[in-house]
Amino acid sequence: MATTRVVVDPITRIEGHLRIEAQTEGGRITNAWAHSTQFRGIELVLQGRDPRDAWAFTQRICGVCTVVHAVASCRAVEDALGITVPPNANLIRNLVHGMQFIQDHVIHFYHLHALDWVDVVSALSADPAGTARVARTISPWPNNSETYFRGVQDRLKTFVSGGQLGVFTNGYWGHPAYKLPPEVNLLAVAHYLEALDWQRDVIRLHTIFGGKNPHPNFLVGGMASAINLDGTATINAERLVDIQGMIRRARTFVEQVYWPDLQAIAGYYKEWAAIGGGVPHFLAVGEFPEGGVNDVDRLYFPRGIILDRDLTRVHPYDHKLVKEYITSSWYQYAAGDGVGLHPWEGETKPVYTGPKPPYQFLQGLDKYTWMKAPRYEGRPMQVGPLARMLVAYASGHEEVRAEVGAVLGKLGVGPAALFSTLGRTAARGIETVLLARQMERWLDQLIQRIKSGDTKTFDGSHWEPSTWPASAEGYGYLDAPRGALGHWVQIRDGKISRYQCVVPSTWNCSPRDGEGQLGPYEAALVDNHPLLKPDQPLEILRTIHSFDPCMSCGVHVLDATGAAIVEVKVQ
Amino acid sequence: MSLPSLEAWAAEETLGQRLQSKGVSRREFLEFCGKLGIVLGLGSAAGPRLAQALQALKRPSVIWIQLQECTGCVESVLRSAEPTIGNLLLEMVSLDYSHTLMAAAGHHAEAALQQAMKANQGKYILVVTGSVPLADGGIYTTIGGRTAKAVLEEAAEGAAAIVAVGACAHWGSVQAARPNPTGAVGVAEVIKDKPVINVTGCPPIGDVVTATLAHFLTFGALPATDSDGRPLFAYGKRIHDQCPRRAHFDAGQYVEVFDDENARKGWCLYHVGCKGPATFSPCPIFQWNGGTSWPIGAGHPCIGCTERNFWDTMTPFYDRLPDVGGFGVERTVDILGAALAIGAAAGVTAHAVATGIHQVRERRKLPVLPPDAGKE
Repeated sequence: MATTRVVVDPITRIEGHLRIEAQTEGGRITNAWAHSTQFRGIELVLQGRDPRDAWAFTQRICGVCTVVHAVASCRAVEDALGITVPPNANLIRNLVHGMQFIQDHVIHFYHLHALDWVDVVSALSADPAGTARVARTISPWPNNSETYFRGVQDRLKTFVSGGQLGVFTNGYWGHPAYKLPPEVNLLAVAHYLEALDWQRDVIRLHTIFGGKNPHPNFLVGGMASAINLDGTATINAERLVDIQGMIRRARTFVEQVYWPDLQAIAGYYKEWAAIGGGVPHFLAVGEFPEGGVNDVDRLYFPRGIILDRDLTRVHPYDHKLVKEYITSSWYQYAAGDGVGLHPWEGETKPVYTGPKPPYQFLQGLDKYTWMKAPRYEGRPMQVGPLARMLVAYASGHEEVRAEVGAVLGKLGVGPAALFSTLGRTAARGIETVLLARQMERWLDQLIQRIKSGDTKTFDGSHWEPSTWPASAEGYGYLDAPRGALGHWVQIRDGKISRYQCVVPSTWNCSPRDGEGQLGPYEAALVDNHPLLKPDQPLEILRTIHSFDPCMSCGVHVLDATGAAIVEVKVQ
Repeated sequence: MSLPSLEAWAAEETLGQRLQSKGVSRREFLEFCGKLGIVLGLGSAAGPRLAQALQALKRPSVIWIQLQECTGCVESVLRSAEPTIGNLLLEMVSLDYSHTLMAAAGHHAEAALQQAMKANQGKYILVVTGSVPLADGGIYTTIGGRTAKAVLEEAAEGAAAIVAVGACAHWGSVQAARPNPTGAVGVAEVIKDKPVINVTGCPPIGDVVTATLAHFLTFGALPATDSDGRPLFAYGKRIHDQCPRRAHFDAGQYVEVFDDENARKGWCLYHVGCKGPATFSPCPIFQWNGGTSWPIGAGHPCIGCTERNFWDTMTPFYDRLPDVGGFGVERTVDILGAALAIGAAAGVTAHAVATGIHQVRERRKLPVLPPDAGKE
């Protein structure tokens, strides 16, 4: 049978620049490569700078995950300098990070992922009364009337007949892999639009605590937003009530729109519960400290590792067992390309050996991406919502077990269905539902603390560099919306001497290692994976988007010696 | 943003007809145009003129390319406020290419770009986010197998206007900070035969981006800029001159340590590193996320992100202004002393006078602030 070579570049509806190449035979994918085609070198830039500034630099790794690098960086520096942030600051960070999760996951579903499952053009032929009936059976959301959906459909009709399709130009409309009835397509289109307005509102929580979004401000040692109920320029009752409203509206939308829609759509695509499973190992570093950041037994989403899809056992995680490989990446190690290095020994010497642009193919080359290959005890790991939910489920997390059980029951599938493209998308929904509830508890705790007279948001005991040791190193973990994140910092004489991040998309988009093990994107694409029309790679988009790629996060570099050496050998 | 909205336009429909069909009253629309006039620095009296121009418009094509960047600028425009009527303003355009939002991928996406450029040759607005890595033949960012530079040059060719959004497109931003490993530069370093407007910031406020587009659509020309290509209506004034905490600066009331009693009173952040005195930005006026707050309003010093090279000139972020790299500890005591005298004598007046738009260049040559200003 003839092999077809497929290139999808750019992969759109993601953050950053990703290229997927594949080979197909008879409608199945037989081989796949994930290529990161952007490199920025931010960690090189960090050399010699004030460690208290690092959060702002690393935050600019990504404007979508605009909270996660900043907080991981603060935690790394605080770990190095022996700083414990006050409980209020920890709660505020949880609230800010929690809202990041909720907003990010909902945007991902409607604006980045939905068009893989929802045929916008098909919504034109829907019966709005039918859409209203479907909507009412799954949700009490007020915008469920026939009149409402007819209005949306009329706008859609005018849009299509006007001939200017804007961002919908050249979509794969009418592709046989689209399975939703027109009425459900119309429902999803209506909520695509509603979610745009919703996200603008709820993210204002970041603006209150951090001054703006994207890229709110953080602070090593706590948070800069002082609390004073009698102040006009501080966190006061007016601000807290505003936040309370946002959290309530976030929860309502998640429970009445996002989660019902996700489950309804999933019901039409159950075959995707057997597609795209890929790498069978899962890593969660855990997130949302409910005690101190080092009290890892009190993380709302627990820490741990699942091996070979075995949910009867959760293995411990030790950051010292993470190593990065560059066998397939455009870098060189001093000790040779076969070794793996822990981030504290990490080195990066970019050496581009790819073809001179413009190029047609990268598949088959020994080195083919800017992404390194992190491995845990030599194994590739999936990270993200599915890893977190699996680790929580296997750890006996009651709320997670209840939600996972409910959704599996509703879809009529067993736990094996979780190891799939659909499983990743469903896990994202489950954790959003849980966090939307948890936010209210964190805000309550913050209010109770203020009530009891504790308004402290910052620990300044180690703010001045004169209080720092001559050398120090620290590790900051964080489980971000897209998965396990680590920042490693070394400080010498008050300045950063080494900085390294291992990021969710580095784990998931990693290339082949020296053992020939595929990274999670690649392994998922060759796991029972269809591709009906190589010219219209809709199925590839489904699986890749189920990981929610964030490419700018994934690629980074720090040179061990501080020297910026870049060699380029263009083929 | 509402750019992907299904708020369709009939082929020959104008904004006026459009608004009517959406049930937006003439009064609401005029009110909005009045606000827009103020935002653009034209005064509310320009409202009717703006309304007339906006109402006669069709949807022009916007091509948005994303180069070496973090997508924060796209996210910021997504948060652009003024919900209903602001959406309509955005719906005045047809967003024909956008990595973040478009349905198509791969060569279908690239075909959409080619179609839009061909159909709107010489007429489309090109929005660029991200820098252009020039080192080593441009291999540090490729899209569809082509370098960021090649993508930009092709898209710029037929553009009626180029709007560089964000610090990366302006001058390279964080990846261009020392030692700039990938040779990242801004759009204007690559496109030299056309004017490029720099809606800068890391990221810029979404509303400033939409207001700049509105200006072009209304008047057929880009707004006036300062010497660095930044639109004056947004970047014509210093944060320090518009800061609600300015009275505390003048009164010598400072936050000395984060979360101290003074921080809880909302005093001036100059002593903990605020770069407001050296930063031209609309933050205090526009504020962020629908007027919710802004960095200084939330208790953190300004980091100066609307200024060229701020990652090098404004750091360390928590050091007081005259001590940071860009403003030179090398200044002699005499100069600083003279400036101190002026500052102390003239106080608010000196700063107020300095806000005139025509004085932008001159102002930059002055020492920004005396090192001991406000010290007890």
